[in-house]
Amino acid sequence: MLQDSSRESAGGPCVGLFVSCLVDAMRPAIGFAAINLLEAAGCRVEVPLQQTCCGQPALNSGDLAGARQIAQHTIALLEPFQYVVVPSGSCAATIRVHYTELFHEDPVWRARAEALAARTHELLSFLVDIRGWLPKQVALPASATYHDSCSGLRELGIHAQPRRLLAAVEGLSLRPLEGNATCCGFGGMFCVKYAAISNAIVAEKAQSIEATGAELLLGGDLGCLMNLAGKLHRCGSRVRVFHTAEILAGMGDGPAIGEAT
Amino acid sequence: MSGARERLSFDARVRDALADPLLKVAIDRTTGNARTKRAAAMAAWPGFSSARELGRDIKDHVIAHLDHYLVQFERNARASGAQVHWALSGPEACDIVVAICRKAGARTVTRSKSMLGEEIGLPHALQEAAIERVETDLAEHIIQLAGDPPSHIIWPALHKTREQVAELFHAHHHDPGTLDSIEAMVASARRELRGRYLAADVGISGANFLIADTGAVCTVTNEGNAELTTTPPRVHIVTAGIEKLVPSCAHAMAMLRLLVRSATGAELTQYTTFHCGPKRAGDLDGPAEFHIVLIDGGRTRMLAEGLAEMLRCIRCGACLNHCVVYRQIGGHAYGSVYPGPMGSVLTPMLDGLPQSKDLPRACTLNGQCQEVCPVAIPLPTLLRGWRDRIWSTGLESVTVRQGFAVWRFLALHPALYRQASAMAVWMMAWFARGGWIARMPLAGGWTRYRDMPRPPRRPFIAQYRRRMPRP
Repeated sequence: MLQDSSRESAGGPCVGLFVSCLVDAMRPAIGFAAINLLEAAGCRVEVPLQQTCCGQPALNSGDLAGARQIAQHTIALLEPFQYVVVPSGSCAATIRVHYTELFHEDPVWRARAEALAARTHELLSFLVDIRGWLPKQVALPASATYHDSCSGLRELGIHAQPRRLLAAVEGLSLRPLEGNATCCGFGGMFCVKYAAISNAIVAEKAQSIEATGAELLLGGDLGCLMNLAGKLHRCGSRVRVFHTAEILAGMGDGPAIGEAT
Repeated sequence: MSGARERLSFDARVRDALADPLLKVAIDRTTGNARTKRAAAMAAWPGFSSARELGRDIKDHVIAHLDHYLVQFERNARASGAQVHWALSGPEACDIVVAICRKAGARTVTRSKSMLGEEIGLPHALQEAAIERVETDLAEHIIQLAGDPPSHIIWPALHKTREQVAELFHAHHHDPGTLDSIEAMVASARRELRGRYLAADVGISGANFLIADTGAVCTVTNEGNAELTTTPPRVHIVTAGIEKLVPSCAHAMAMLRLLVRSATGAELTQYTTFHCGPKRAGDLDGPAEFHIVLIDGGRTRMLAEGLAEMLRCIRCGACLNHCVVYRQIGGHAYGSVYPGPMGSVLTPMLDGLPQSKDLPRACTLNGQCQEVCPVAIPLPTLLRGWRDRIWSTGLESVTVRQGFAVWRFLALHPALYRQASAMAVWMMAWFARGGWIARMPLAGGWTRYRDMPRPPRRPFIAQYRRRMPRP
């Protein structure tokens, strides 16, 4: 265990960044934005290279044995770090909330899961609640609206933190979104298994986003953002979609989700 | 009509529901109104969260001591002159009700709305026994005319727009009048139903609460139809699930505050009635016979199977009104008596998991149902429990299981995982036009309705390795 204060005094807390399988495969920019933000907030960042997926798809599909195996892999990988930070509410909630439930009959792994859960944070809430950090000299003259992803909102209580961070971005105006806390219809496997229902939900959501007149849609969970960006683009919308971390890291002038590099 | 719908697959029922634009209008009107009013009621009630904890604790206490409170209720109900019957199953309960009706020589019964009655199949049982059933709740009256099952536990006719209701009344009512306003439609239904109340031989109601220390039955309605159903006929039959017990009237009041605000946003219903025993000497009105049928119907099995928290449910409907899935597909697509999140937990228990395995899975696990539940039922956790059962009992398809096995193997072998994801990302790029993929093999569920952003040339970990100096 490297939960040592020597590292803290040497150069801030040592943070293990778990980027999530979706960010790894689909949007590396979010991972690099997270590194920038954590370093700006005084952390030493390490990316454990053996990371894969947190196991959420197995957990949500009822494959508990599979979820347990993947959880054990992830716990062993991440437990050396003083903090573990994840740029996704639902993956952070899997580690923080559901790992301990998975091992409720296994005292050894349960204890390890609880210890990891206590040190694991979603990125935006970590920056505000643990590091007390707000961006300085980040400017983006644009209007944006915010979608609160359900896992982050209801399992981790993330609501105020992204708004506080974004309020510190010069020139960025945040417009209220009707039904900001209503699910976008992603739901992991749900969106392909029950595609027609998912589509009806996201179509309604895309209309609410359009109705804000905002240029940007921001959020904290890539799954939801891909669902929303994909629907907005299919509907011919010009709304550009970013993960909040990208905006905070000053990458808002780069390509949005789905824009060719 | 309902039978034909139930025989369709879940996907087919969903397709029908999504193709019906009037259904969406009807759902949005009623659930939108309900959400707005509930939100206003909660905003004006700073004590909600502590009231919710109290409500949860009352229900948990009663459920943990069902044996005690059932016996106490039975003793006090008998002392008040009620006749108490016990039914282990729905069919048994129907037999008891039909036998009471026959003994009373009943040709016509009036019924006030009760989801339990639907659950046990009472309308069908009465029809089989050739006893005419008159539904007196306005919405139940509407769906009886239409031949539909209920589509919501509070507003059974939620799937009908007011325009459709006007058409129905015009076709079926003896004296419909102009029907050009909601008031005129209500007046027409009132004219239609008034005579039926007085002509009925038996009145059947449900129960919102069974009060153990007095043996009384509490019903809440907004139309007064329960009172007109239970008072004029010579015989009143209550059908109630055993989980409706509360220790005392004070506990019923605590639950009532949660129930009404969560259901309609009002502080109280128009009518809150306590039915305690038959007509006594000197009473001006009331039934000569008062029967209470206490029904298990799988409830004790729920206790044994890890669904005890579901027995807290007070049938307020808030989880339906806030469910993104219910709001798109409505109640009938669920193909069961109870729709929405609470229904997706109950139906596998009532109808069997193989027949209803879509319901716990057709959910995004967004958690809003649990957030609005007035007795804090962990609905997403219970739905996950059914998913676990689907997987562990082999009800998941072989294709999905094999897919997961491959994915799990890769997730546990990072080097192979890196190669596989690099290859997947490389192949996906073949289907991209600009930054987007509009169509791709094996991704039809996604690309049929939305575009997929083009993945990067290399995954994050590969890029990170190249950028960062090796330790």
